Amino acid sequence: MAIEHHDFDVLVLGSGGSGLRAAVAAAEAGAKTGLVCKSLLGKAHTVMAEGGLAASLGNVDPRDNWETHFQDTMFGGKYLNNWRMAELHAKEAPDRARELEHWGAVFDRTPDRKMSQRAFGGHTYKRLVHIGDRTGLEMIRTMQDKAVHSDIDIFMETTITRLIKDGDRVVGCFGYRRASGEQISFSSKALVVATGGSGRIYKITSNSQDCTGDGYALAYEAGAELVDMEFIQFHPTGMVYPPGVAGLLVTEAVRGEGGILRNALGERFMEKYDPKRMELSTRDVVARSIYTEVKEGRGTPHGGAYLDVSHLDSDYVRRKLPSMYDQFLELAGVDITKEPMQVGPTCHYFMGGIKVDPDTGETRVPGLYATGEASGGMNGANRLGGNSLGDLLVFGRRAGIGAAADANKLSAVALPAEELTAAQGEVDTYLNGSGTENPFQMHKDLQKIMGDGAGIFRDKEGLTEAISLLESLESRVDKLKSPSPRLEYNPGWQLCREVKNMLTVSLMIARGALMREESRGGHSRLDFTAYSDYWAENNIVVHSKGGYDMQLTPTPVFKRDELSELVEARKESEKAS
Amino acid sequence: MSETMAAGGTRTLQIWRGDLTSGQLVDYTLETEPGMVVLDAVLEIQRSQAPDLAVRWNCKAAKCGSCSAEVNGKPRLMCKTRLDHLPADEPITVEPMRAFPIIQDLVTDVSWNYEVNKKIIPFTPREDLPEGDYLIDQADTDRMSEFRKCIECFMCQDVCHILRDQRMHNKYYGPRFMVRLASLDMHPLDGIDRIDQIADEAGIGLCNITKCCTEVCPEGIHITDNAIIPLKERVVDARHDPILKIFKRNNTRPGKKKPEASA
Repeated sequence: MAIEHHDFDVLVLGSGGSGLRAAVAAAEAGAKTGLVCKSLLGKAHTVMAEGGLAASLGNVDPRDNWETHFQDTMFGGKYLNNWRMAELHAKEAPDRARELEHWGAVFDRTPDRKMSQRAFGGHTYKRLVHIGDRTGLEMIRTMQDKAVHSDIDIFMETTITRLIKDGDRVVGCFGYRRASGEQISFSSKALVVATGGSGRIYKITSNSQDCTGDGYALAYEAGAELVDMEFIQFHPTGMVYPPGVAGLLVTEAVRGEGGILRNALGERFMEKYDPKRMELSTRDVVARSIYTEVKEGRGTPHGGAYLDVSHLDSDYVRRKLPSMYDQFLELAGVDITKEPMQVGPTCHYFMGGIKVDPDTGETRVPGLYATGEASGGMNGANRLGGNSLGDLLVFGRRAGIGAAADANKLSAVALPAEELTAAQGEVDTYLNGSGTENPFQMHKDLQKIMGDGAGIFRDKEGLTEAISLLESLESRVDKLKSPSPRLEYNPGWQLCREVKNMLTVSLMIARGALMREESRGGHSRLDFTAYSDYWAENNIVVHSKGGYDMQLTPTPVFKRDELSELVEARKESEKAS
Repeated sequence: MSETMAAGGTRTLQIWRGDLTSGQLVDYTLETEPGMVVLDAVLEIQRSQAPDLAVRWNCKAAKCGSCSAEVNGKPRLMCKTRLDHLPADEPITVEPMRAFPIIQDLVTDVSWNYEVNKKIIPFTPREDLPEGDYLIDQADTDRMSEFRKCIECFMCQDVCHILRDQRMHNKYYGPRFMVRLASLDMHPLDGIDRIDQIADEAGIGLCNITKCCTEVCPEGIHITDNAIIPLKERVVDARHDPILKIFKRNNTRPGKKKPEASA
């Protein structure tokens, strides 16, 4: 049976910030460009970014420069970042911010009418370009309008279930339209994966339901390498109650404005963990501190810590934290000007991702590119707030240009028939096969395994158990079947492939976490609490040996001689303080 | 904890099930947890009772505008509507937005909105701008920012009677895109004269300011007062200013160009 088919020079998967920026860049470079999104355009997880976009414009503090931003990023990433990516990001973010403004983005201003910049954790100077607490929405809407008026074909609510290769090269992909269930295939001379992270492997997450690690799994299956997958950022303050909103983000600005953390005994516990920086310590430290208080029996009735702004002037709270005031009043029945919030860690961001060439976004698989949260390297072991919005602009553009240049060198590509048939067979099996596994139940099982054994604190015993339980899901995944055979907008069908993707991602995380015998950034081992000299110099790179069998290889951090002075200077100054 | 948290217990939801050809309300009863929102209940029903129930959602944090539906007859974001804020002694009805064609169950075809957006010329800088950084007042930023808060839930489009009842989708862009046009027209550095589009193709004259759109906006945008009425005034100023009429001149504002015909 013939199915809907489209040919492109460059096809981008994912319409968050990085995907939109990549598509715009590819189209500007003259490539015939397509953009596929799993949801409607403009709904991607980027809309939830609040704080701002880190760029050393120096509008507020003229001392700022790319060198300091580079140093801050490296320090935040515990020096496991790809040096070249941190360098490119710091150098190019200011131009990308100005460019957005030229496309119509509207940001808050300084008194002399330039883009304003705010302070944020880990940034030496006031650096984050922002608009209120909805910077991500502003960016995505700006790029959405730019993309709509560029020569880009957009496919909304289209799920991609497989990348298709011809020999060694990725030449396209296959999936279906969610509204009708009709199958669709794309051929592309170059394909950019911009599918974001995979927060939905945890029950408690700030991530949108789309964040199921599709790109990580599809690229893994196509032979790409992934890096740093054990590093996951747990944001210290998510809502813990009521149950329906558990994980919903409580912005860092609450602590920035003077919010105090206390345990159930009324103790200001950050005094024990980081007396110098207290509540404004780095995200990994605050998250671990709250978790420890709860684990040791000093948690709130709903299993979190109290975050209190009721000592501040109530008008000031309502003016500076309007969305938080509304969020707690509406969803939790809590007036934060009068009573404390209850908060706990929530899965927020994946530092790791598909391993790419820093300059072009190219993976080790010909024809396959990656960018944004789907790619890894830029953030090392821990990401600074504000660096993800810069990341997606800088590397989204670079991946789009890289993919277009690659495509220009090629004549037409075609999808091998047997590959297409196999892809069709897979989605059909989820719908009409003889399987008996319910995807909703398996998703729940997987979230429990990851939360219990590979969450914010890890140890050998828990990780070994988690890996064994995940491996027991491998055979069950092949028996996944949608509870309903309906083609049109079938949620169970959609979840089958997503659960398979999340299993692949979970295995990478748990196996990487077991291998890294130290604690660093977003990876905390109870049985290896200190930094290790060996792991300070190595990333873990993973690729497929077939199926869920994975090769994990410690790989030296990518450095550049010309940046050594900057890195050493920062290390020295940290030691001195 | 506040007493509002005490609620929970058994609730019945009447959810509209069907497609473009037919459909009806179907009763589902579930045990609720304190603080549940309508989307939680719908997803729990999907998980445990009706795995083929189609519902569109993404962020579940009132930031993406995907889960719009008509709850007890009123357009609401399902993720922001608590069960215990709805009358406890009667079932809760959940229906798709009625101004758009049904795809399946609670999911509607909102693609028309995306087609309208394509017709709006994006921000285009004035040609007389000096080199260097854009300089913009915070006051202008604040004014535009209200409009740019829009999360495209399309509930304003759903309640606009020009679209919902009179089905004049070919003559009126709807409140969402009046807001978009306002954000562009009020950008101090935008170089496009948008008056003809606002008056003619977008059909602003059709709005008779009943403010239904403003009432349902989950972002609290003053759609009618701050976007539509000022745009109506700009159209009047440009087209019907008596002094300019004497000289038979168009009132194109400084720095603004008429769009090219092809645009």
